[in-house]
Formats: sequence, C-alpha cells, structure tokens
Amino acid sequence: MLSAKGIYKVFHPGTVNEKIALRGVDLVLNEGDFVTLIGGNGAGKSTLLNCIAGVYMIDQGSLEINGQDVTKLPEHKRASMLGRVFQDPMMGTASNMSIEENLALAFRRGQRRTLKWYISNKERALYKEQLALLGLGLEDRLSAKVGLLSGGQRQALTLLMATLKKPKVLLLDEHTAALDPKTAIKVLELTEQFVQEGHLTTLMVTHNMRDAIKHGNRLIMMHDGQIILDISGEEKKNLTVEGLLERFGKASGEEFVNDRVLLSK
Amino acid sequence: MLQIISGAISLGLVWAIMTIGVYITYRILDIADLTVEGTLAMGAAIAAQAITQGMNPYLATFLAMLGGLAAGLTAGLLHTQLKIPALLSGILTMIALYSINLRIMGKANISLLRVDTVYTVFEKLGLNATAAVIVFALICVLAIVSLLYWFFGTEIGSAIRATGNNPNMVRAQGINTDVMKIIGLVISNGLVAISGALIAQSQSFADVQMGTGSIVIGLASVIIGEVLFSGKNFYSRLISLVLGAITYRLIIAFVLKLGMPANDLKLFTAITVAIALSLPVFKKKIHPVKMSFQGGQ
Repeated sequence: MLSAKGIYKVFHPGTVNEKIALRGVDLVLNEGDFVTLIGGNGAGKSTLLNCIAGVYMIDQGSLEINGQDVTKLPEHKRASMLGRVFQDPMMGTASNMSIEENLALAFRRGQRRTLKWYISNKERALYKEQLALLGLGLEDRLSAKVGLLSGGQRQALTLLMATLKKPKVLLLDEHTAALDPKTAIKVLELTEQFVQEGHLTTLMVTHNMRDAIKHGNRLIMMHDGQIILDISGEEKKNLTVEGLLERFGKASGEEFVNDRVLLSK
Repeated sequence: MLQIISGAISLGLVWAIMTIGVYITYRILDIADLTVEGTLAMGAAIAAQAITQGMNPYLATFLAMLGGLAAGLTAGLLHTQLKIPALLSGILTMIALYSINLRIMGKANISLLRVDTVYTVFEKLGLNATAAVIVFALICVLAIVSLLYWFFGTEIGSAIRATGNNPNMVRAQGINTDVMKIIGLVISNGLVAISGALIAQSQSFADVQMGTGSIVIGLASVIIGEVLFSGKNFYSRLISLVLGAITYRLIIAFVLKLGMPANDLKLFTAITVAIALSLPVFKKKIHPVKMSFQGGQ
C-alpha cells in the first residue's frame, strides 16, 4: 500500500545547521498493516511521516502510495490517499468553523471543490451517525465551533475526519502525546476501533513503548534517521518493554535516549 | 444636519463595498493586503477614464472591477508563487499600481462633472444627487452581500474560510491553499475596485492619491462593525460591515462638525483603529480570570 525506497531528507543543507534527518529509509506497508513507529528524540519519525504526507519533499529516493508514484506530488494532491492526525490537537481542525463544516471539508478530501452549496441534510445525518461512534456527545453539537472543544474532543474529531473518507494510508503523528493520560487512552481506543473496522493501513508514531507494543501487528524502531528494528508477527506479540530496550541497545549500540519514552515506560 | 447624515450614509454605502473587500482578506484569509490602496484608486481611474471617453458608466464600472481582479491576481501570484510575504507583495502591487493609475488617467486627476454616471438614471427619476448615490449603492451592496453569502457557503468558499483559519489542515484535506488565497485576493480587490469606481462617480472626480490610507478606513469600518453590530452567522456579519462603514462616516461627519480640522482626519482614524485593535489586550487586563476560561475544558 505504501512503499518508500532509499529516502534521504536533509534540512538546511550546506549550512552549519545541516541535519540529515533521514538516511536511506526503506519501508513497505502491506495492505491492512497497523505499524507502530517508535524512536528517540530526533530519530526522524515525524520527518518520515511528513515526507510521506508531502509536507517535506524528499531529497533522494522514491515514494509510492497504492501503486502510484507520489515522489514529486505536492501535499494537497497526496491528501486524497492519506488520512492524517497530528500531535497538536489544534493542527487537524479549523477552530473558527463548526463541527459539521470541518467534517464536510474532510468528506470531500480528494474531490474537486465546486460551487455547490455545502452540507445537505443527508450528509448531516451521516455526520451525526459517525460522531455518535466517538461517544463524546458531539453528535448533538454539529453547529458548535470546533474552537470550543477540548483537546481530546478535537483529536477524536480529527481522527474521524481522517477516516471519514477511507484513506489508503492513515498517518498518526504522536496523536495522543498532547493529551492527558485518560483522554489519550480514549483516543487510542477509538483509533484501534476505526482501524479495525475500516481495515486501514496505518502508520502510528508514538513515544509510548507500551502503546507501541500493545497496538498494531508490526513495530518499527528508528534511530538517527534509519530504521533499525522491524518486528512483526509472533515476535511482536511476545514483545516486552525490556526486550525492546535490549534489542534497541544491540541494534544501535547506544542507550535508548528519550526522556518521554523512559518516563512513560 | 439631515444633509450631513444622508451624506455620511451615501459615503458609507460606497465605502462599504471596499470594507467588505478588506474583511475578506483581513478576517477571512488572515492577510493584511495593502494592494487595496492601489486598487481603490485604480477602480476610480479606470471608471473615470472610460466614462470621459464616452463609455457607458455601468460598463466602465464593470471594467474597473476587472482591473481590480487583475491587481488581486498579481498580489496573489507574488505571494503564493514567488513566496513574497503577503504584506510585501501587497505593498509592491500597491506601488506598481500608482504608476499604472497615472498611465490610465494620463494625469493626476480626472473630473467627472457634467458626464453621465451610474447615478444619473436615478437623478432623472427625481432624486437628488445624494439620494441617487444611496439608492444605487444600496442596490450594489445588497447584491454583493447576497452573492458573497452564497459564495462563502459553497465548497470553494468554505475552503477559503478554512484556509485563513488553518492552512495545514486544509492542505491535509486535499485543497490547494495557494489557489484559495489567490481567489480570495482576487475577489477582495475586485470589490475594492468597484468601490473606487463608485466613489469617483459620487464625488465627481478620480484622483491618483484616492487610495492613500484607505486600508485604515476599511479596517476601522470592519472593527466598528464587529464591535457594534456583529451577529453570529455570516450574513449578519456581512451586514455589520455595511453598518460599520456607515457608522464610521457618521463619526467622521460628527467630529468634523464639532470643529476638528479636516487635515487631522487620518490621524484621528489611525488612533481610532489602534485603540480598537488593542481592545483585546485591555480586555484581558481588566478581566484576566474570565478570559482564561475560554478555550474549552
């Protein structure tokens, strides 16, 4: 479903701040894969996701989504194939617009925008039905401004928006990192539910080792711009935090450095 | 007194169209577009030149609008394609327009006395000059408000509103934000040019300096409208802009009547806008606790 070959990404090339964020990343996601992606600070997790989404253009390598070469495609043209949820709950929604207007924007992802008037009653009924799945009571607040919602509610809404139109690949960029623990669990449950029901090919960046182990059928670990571990199947099922840390040490020759990961272990 | 008020209303109505244009960039797109200073004079210049050449005044006003659309397109392309910051691309277009406007008119100003304007038809119906402006400008304003209300409710219109609000999210939904910004700038400047054309015809002259400071007048009208009249939905917000533009003219007429020298007008307007824009800061200082509850649980 997704195929990345030899991806390089360099920031500020030729300056003192030059940073090679990705050094030859190869990654293939098969249809229905739910991959969790974990790694230390500056390992290149978010950069990889942003490169896939087209926020950054890659410097070397090639990218295919659903068999289509998207290497040179701008962000908004790739969007028809991607659902995205960001770390910052403010990023995924338009706060001055209502819940239904936000959903309507997402419902038309990948379609040409026309001069048709927005939001039919039929559409509205669909949104209500979908919002009810979140179990947050948002289905009764269709015309409420998104800016009035809490971070967790906004993140749940963004998740719904990302999956309302079935994406080829769902990209989740530490989408629970900014939430309080209880809300984070709720949003993760919803994520699991949406991914299972929609059989969505998913790439989820997380800083939480337990979450990375608990969710998905495959776990990838990045270090210094490269993928150093790719664990799936039975091996993934039997993985523990200690085992993962040990394997990280062997693969990278370093201690695992990420305060947030260690704290949330 | 009645004369002053009706004069202020007629002026407010022709400037309301410009105010709506400023609102589209400043509030909806979140861009302070200075192009409008040049576009306002351009609308006046094109209309005045075309009318003195014998063109039908309605057609001349339409031509002025086309000029405004082109100016907005230029600013939009400079900003989105050449990545020049919005403020600068507006200033560049504005400065360029100054020369272009001089070329259009061939001189610094054109008189429109004793020629047919868009208001002449209404004067022939027996209205006086001011009433004729009010009637025609009101028709234009209502038509524009209805058209914009419809447009910003469409898929494209909503995409433009979202672009000003959160461009990251809009791109993630597969919308080209550059195109949305350009459309917004084009519409905005088209409206400002219409306004310029109508202003020139109502005051019977076009001047290359006409646009100077107009962005501040537009902003003042937007803010007055929002503070005094703003409603919840988009339609009432558009109407509040019109009322804001009229109120601004009433305030100006009032302070002039009180004896403020006309030369101090722009200073007065600038101070008013500065105070209005800084209101949120003062509000926060007065009600710090109340404000902190905003933004959800």
